Amino acid sequence: MKVFNRYILLIALLITGMSFAQQTPASKQEEAVTIVGATAHLGNGEVIENSLIIFEDGVLLEVLEANSTRMQYRGKVIEAKGKHVYPGIIAPNSTLGLVEIDAVKPTDDEDEIGEMLPNVRSLIAYNAESKVVESMRPNGVLIGQIVPRGGRISGTSSIVQFDAWNWEDAVVKQDDGLHINWPSSFKRGRWWRDEDPGLQKNKDYDTDIQELSDFFSTSRAWLAGDRKYTNLPYLAMEPVFNGKKTVYIHVDGQKEILDAIQFKKEQKLDKMVIVGGYDAIGVADQLKENNIPVLVNRPHSTPNQDFEDYDYPYKLAKLLADKGVMVALESSGQMERMNTRNLPFYAGTVAAYGMDKEKALQLITLNSAKILGIDDKYGSLEKGKSATLFISDGDALDMRTNRLSHAFIDGREVSLETHQTELWHRYSNKYKNQEDK
Amino acid sequence: MKLKLLFLGVILCAFSVNAQDYFPKNDGVKTQNTNYTVFKNARIHVDPQTIIENGMFSIKNGKITAVGKSIQVPANSVVVDLKGKEVYPSFIDLYSDFGIPKPKRAEGDNQPQYDAGREGYYWNDHIRPETDAVSNFSFNSKEAEKFQKAGFGVVNTHVPDGIIRGTGMLVALTPDVSEGDRILNDRSAQYLSFDKSVKSRQSYPTSIMGAMALIRQVYFDAQWYANGNADNTDLALEALNKNKDLVQIFATDNLLNEFRADKIGDEFGIQYVIIGSGKEYERLDKVKASNATYIIPLKFPDAYDVENPFMANHVSLEEMKDWNQAPANLKMLAEKKIPFTLTTHSIDAEKDFKTNLLKAIDYGLSKEDALAALTTVPAKTIGQAGKLGTIKEGAWANFIITSGDYFDKETTLYENWVQGKKKLLQNMNITDISGKYDLSLSGNDYEVKISGEMTKPKAEVTLGETKIGSKLSFEDNWMNLLLSSPDTTKTDYLRLVANVPAKTDRITGKAILSNGNEVSFTAVKKSEDSEKDKKDEDKEPKTHDVMPVTFPNKAYGFSELPKQQNVLFKNATVWTSEDAGILENTDVLVKNGEISKIGQNLNAGGAKVIDATGKHLTAGIIDEHSHIAASAINEAGHNSSAEVQMEDVIDPTDIAIYRDLAGGVTSIQLLHGSANPIGGQSAILKLKWGETPENMIFEQAPPFIKFALGENVKQSNWNSNVRFPQTRMGVEQVFVDYFSRAKAYEAKKKSGAADFRKDLEMETLVQILNGERFVTSHSYIQSEINMLMKVAEAFDFNINTFTHILEGYKVADKMKEHGVGASTFSDWWAYKYEVNDAIPYNASIMNEVGLTVAINSDDAEMSRRLNQEAAKSVKYGGMSEEDAWKMVTINPAKLLHVDKLVGSIKEGKQADLVLWNENPLSIYAIPQKTMVEGVFYFDIERDQKLRETIKKERNELISQMLKAKNNGLKTQPVKKKEKQRVHCDLLEEVQ
Repeated sequence: MKVFNRYILLIALLITGMSFAQQTPASKQEEAVTIVGATAHLGNGEVIENSLIIFEDGVLLEVLEANSTRMQYRGKVIEAKGKHVYPGIIAPNSTLGLVEIDAVKPTDDEDEIGEMLPNVRSLIAYNAESKVVESMRPNGVLIGQIVPRGGRISGTSSIVQFDAWNWEDAVVKQDDGLHINWPSSFKRGRWWRDEDPGLQKNKDYDTDIQELSDFFSTSRAWLAGDRKYTNLPYLAMEPVFNGKKTVYIHVDGQKEILDAIQFKKEQKLDKMVIVGGYDAIGVADQLKENNIPVLVNRPHSTPNQDFEDYDYPYKLAKLLADKGVMVALESSGQMERMNTRNLPFYAGTVAAYGMDKEKALQLITLNSAKILGIDDKYGSLEKGKSATLFISDGDALDMRTNRLSHAFIDGREVSLETHQTELWHRYSNKYKNQEDK
Repeated sequence: MKLKLLFLGVILCAFSVNAQDYFPKNDGVKTQNTNYTVFKNARIHVDPQTIIENGMFSIKNGKITAVGKSIQVPANSVVVDLKGKEVYPSFIDLYSDFGIPKPKRAEGDNQPQYDAGREGYYWNDHIRPETDAVSNFSFNSKEAEKFQKAGFGVVNTHVPDGIIRGTGMLVALTPDVSEGDRILNDRSAQYLSFDKSVKSRQSYPTSIMGAMALIRQVYFDAQWYANGNADNTDLALEALNKNKDLVQIFATDNLLNEFRADKIGDEFGIQYVIIGSGKEYERLDKVKASNATYIIPLKFPDAYDVENPFMANHVSLEEMKDWNQAPANLKMLAEKKIPFTLTTHSIDAEKDFKTNLLKAIDYGLSKEDALAALTTVPAKTIGQAGKLGTIKEGAWANFIITSGDYFDKETTLYENWVQGKKKLLQNMNITDISGKYDLSLSGNDYEVKISGEMTKPKAEVTLGETKIGSKLSFEDNWMNLLLSSPDTTKTDYLRLVANVPAKTDRITGKAILSNGNEVSFTAVKKSEDSEKDKKDEDKEPKTHDVMPVTFPNKAYGFSELPKQQNVLFKNATVWTSEDAGILENTDVLVKNGEISKIGQNLNAGGAKVIDATGKHLTAGIIDEHSHIAASAINEAGHNSSAEVQMEDVIDPTDIAIYRDLAGGVTSIQLLHGSANPIGGQSAILKLKWGETPENMIFEQAPPFIKFALGENVKQSNWNSNVRFPQTRMGVEQVFVDYFSRAKAYEAKKKSGAADFRKDLEMETLVQILNGERFVTSHSYIQSEINMLMKVAEAFDFNINTFTHILEGYKVADKMKEHGVGASTFSDWWAYKYEVNDAIPYNASIMNEVGLTVAINSDDAEMSRRLNQEAAKSVKYGGMSEEDAWKMVTINPAKLLHVDKLVGSIKEGKQADLVLWNENPLSIYAIPQKTMVEGVFYFDIERDQKLRETIKKERNELISQMLKAKNNGLKTQPVKKKEKQRVHCDLLEEVQ
């Protein structure tokens, strides 16, 4: 067993890290980078044991087996023998940058009032300087879909990369998705009317769906008309109907998912994604048939019901993938923002409970990119794609060995320092100085 | 009205039905009835064991004067012939709020109320022993009729409000007499519960453990008050002392609370009569051991409506099994000889009582036991044996007259006599006209079938194959039968009328034809043979497929508690958590629940050999900060709740226990929440899934208490600003104040002063001052951490552990100096302002400085992956794997002062072990087996098999429920369960 010497790391970090100010985004890639000798996990299921990776102007020029080529190294060379290279991890359905401190309301910008808010956009509230956002990078999480919460139609998400001066610079894909909280078969009783406060059958379920359908129909009608009077919500639906905005349905129950599939057909929606999907395994065949991917909620959760397998959340992604459903992982829930940095370990847990490790990696890289519609540039280490990747000392899905030495977003080498590492250095020094005296 | 009743209460002792009448009379002359009423030819159920066939009994002045095969009939007797009828003592319900108006809910603003709202009473509004049923009571004849129709003659009623609820009264449901006559005992019992009064908004207690602590304190205070030590008058304590010798009835609504009530009773030498839940069958031995008499609500769960498979998914196995098993509860109680009586509380006495009773009998409860539960047992319980619940000389003339065996579905209850007064329910001279008859009329041969209850018979009339429309009414033995014309094109009717004064095979009367002509008719009864056969068939005993109880009685329970095994783990990689480090290819022998030997090529010597080649064996994980397995977390009603005990509220049925075992956790500290600076006393548990709460307690662990600092205790994150403290400045003052008072308290205690008052809160604080109880303090930022250490030092004791301690890295040097340990999260932060500087390097820095550092969960989800959380310190700060592993084994054991017993693999220690498929710090590690003291409580292979069993059982129960629904039984809608994830640290769940 390798015992890691924290002092070596500390000194290394002191040399490389401290001269940069926190939160300073890296500038455009000016020099080519060559990474030599690492085990490259491509994110598409393939592994190159002894790899040669070259990128320039933010684009991967070569991803090769090192011994198979005599290609010249270019620019800055990083010797990475024994290390591992991964595509940047993607965090779908995230609220990073929308809330800084859960309990402090002034820092909370995730939920606007109103029920049908397709016109509300997460992007402009995204805080590129969030301390929580920067804490993603040292774990390899480099890209996220920023999603508003609440209401029936929560709003419109955008996809950003996690090293930017401002939201405009952060955009990877603007206004990519419409987010719908699907009605639930259950509803809480109104205790103030002496009803049982527990969850009981939602008698308004059908009406709730009808309201959603009506909203879609009236939007269509308005868009087809002369648009004389402004209607911001209807206008925001236009990209949904012309296929430019993916519809994300946040839903867990089997019946609800089936109804959502029916909704997709009725509304002739091009692209729909299920988010959460706790009970999706029961309708996996229908999901596959209708080409609907699932963003499975974080595996680090407990089963909803006592009688369910204790490892059900650990293995749900695998069960769905085995059925042929396209699956990626998302991390919403309690304390979701700070926990999003654990995405690689969520994938690791899915691997522990039966999924092949490289497939598990896909759950947070290429599959996520495909579902979000950014796989032309992100999600895997392939020639021509963006050089968004990181180098880890070991297996990045295991917290013991997820230790990053480098991370690049579009070829820019981003800082792995954070508010947290700064405090670490400061207080480690405090005690080191005490020892020295 | 109230005044009048009070008056009645005062004069009661002097008043009874046969006392000398001293009331003036101005509306006529005074009369007195001294006649006897004699009942003869009855089948008399003297008591559940004794039946007199063709017996006689006489009553006078509301009492029974003689019973026997043949008794002397005084000259002044009215004789009633009960041939063919049966007489039972009428029933008694000990748990009711009959005649008591619903207590009115106190109104108030949004701010919590911390002080009592009353003066001259106890400091807590929920202690109301001075409440008496009698001054709130007024006879409600409509409600009484429901009871009378079900066969009840006497109920014990009370004001169902508060923790100590005051006295109940025993009242006879006598019709048409004055209130004074009905009251059999105006101070029949004292009632208690764990539920607060709705009449007060006083916060304390907010939890079940607070209610338990409060009851204990009240008992101590009552004694202290009785000794004349109080300067003030306390009407509540006075009343409590006065009620001391009454029957004490404790209302609960779930099995765990039944045990909790009994626990308090045992501590104070009080044997409560316990209102049960109907789930006693789950832990019969423990129920038996309570020695209590139980009052069981005669109520069974309805089947769930599982027709919709999506809905069916939301019904738990536990709920399904309860539906299947609960009807057998009474039978099982009777078999165990646990005394119980029944109550109609929470059901409709008129509609559901008999149906449910017959269901219990159908599930095997004997009729004798059922009758005893309704008569002799409640009579004895309420101190009225011989006077109530029996038909014998000297007893109240409380009895019912039935058409036959009461426990037969078709039996009619004719009369309900209370205190010698008759309540007529059905005319018992009514003739039974049921049967099949041939009726010839106007040349047509009809067949008339009369069935149903004797008083409300129904008719079915056929003419050949054709069904004829008919309407039958039968009143006072006059039959009216309306027949529609056999010619369906016409709307003509035939009307038949006949008087049937006695049972007969020929009903004769007159028929009025559609044309208005009158003719006479005779309906001739057919032979009854075929009818009888059918009835006998019905009576064949049904067998019910009652599923076996498991421990706990839900998914993944044990059908039999697992036993200790001697085991040899062969050829494992052993993580010792000791200086020995990690030993490859090593054997570990477990004998009698202990680690007996560690070495190579050990001899099994009869122990079961487990091949651990390629696997890793570790000590069980210890979670220093957990909130699983508890029925309550926070007592938030006071800023100090040192008196409350988490040991009081252990919930051994929490599935999180099983899931923790599946994650390799074997011990936890069940901590109070962080709602107040001085929290409650911890329970340190071994995760013995299936065991009782007591058996889960880690016996040798020393006592602990939870303290808390920061945002939660100053209530920063919710709308409340009336409780001290609201700032960190105030938090310090709370501690200084309480410990100063504790010192003074101890001094007084030691001085032997006669007026010393035992205070459970102060007792706990004194233990802390004397180093007999350790403090685990919830803490975040450096200023408050430092503050608490300084307060402790000023009072000459040490803080044992800072839990959470997210800024521990900032003051690690000071912590080391103080000698306090740290138990922290691996990487949580940013969820509130005080964790803004929390860093995942915290554990590594504190470890480096030399503190004893543990990684805790505070969360049911994280608890089952503590191995992963420990491993994060390898990433964040580069801790060695051995050190990281110690943070979830030997280090928390040290913090809990149980490191001599658990936390490492060392000869002589308790065998709390986990076998992993991988390096336990790896993300890929999965526990294969988890052992506590030599008992396997988790085994991954057993788990796989149980999944199949659960699937099978659910399928079986769902089909049973569908069948029940098809048979027309009532069903209840499915409700979705919510995950109750309790943290002390998530804002919404603090209170």
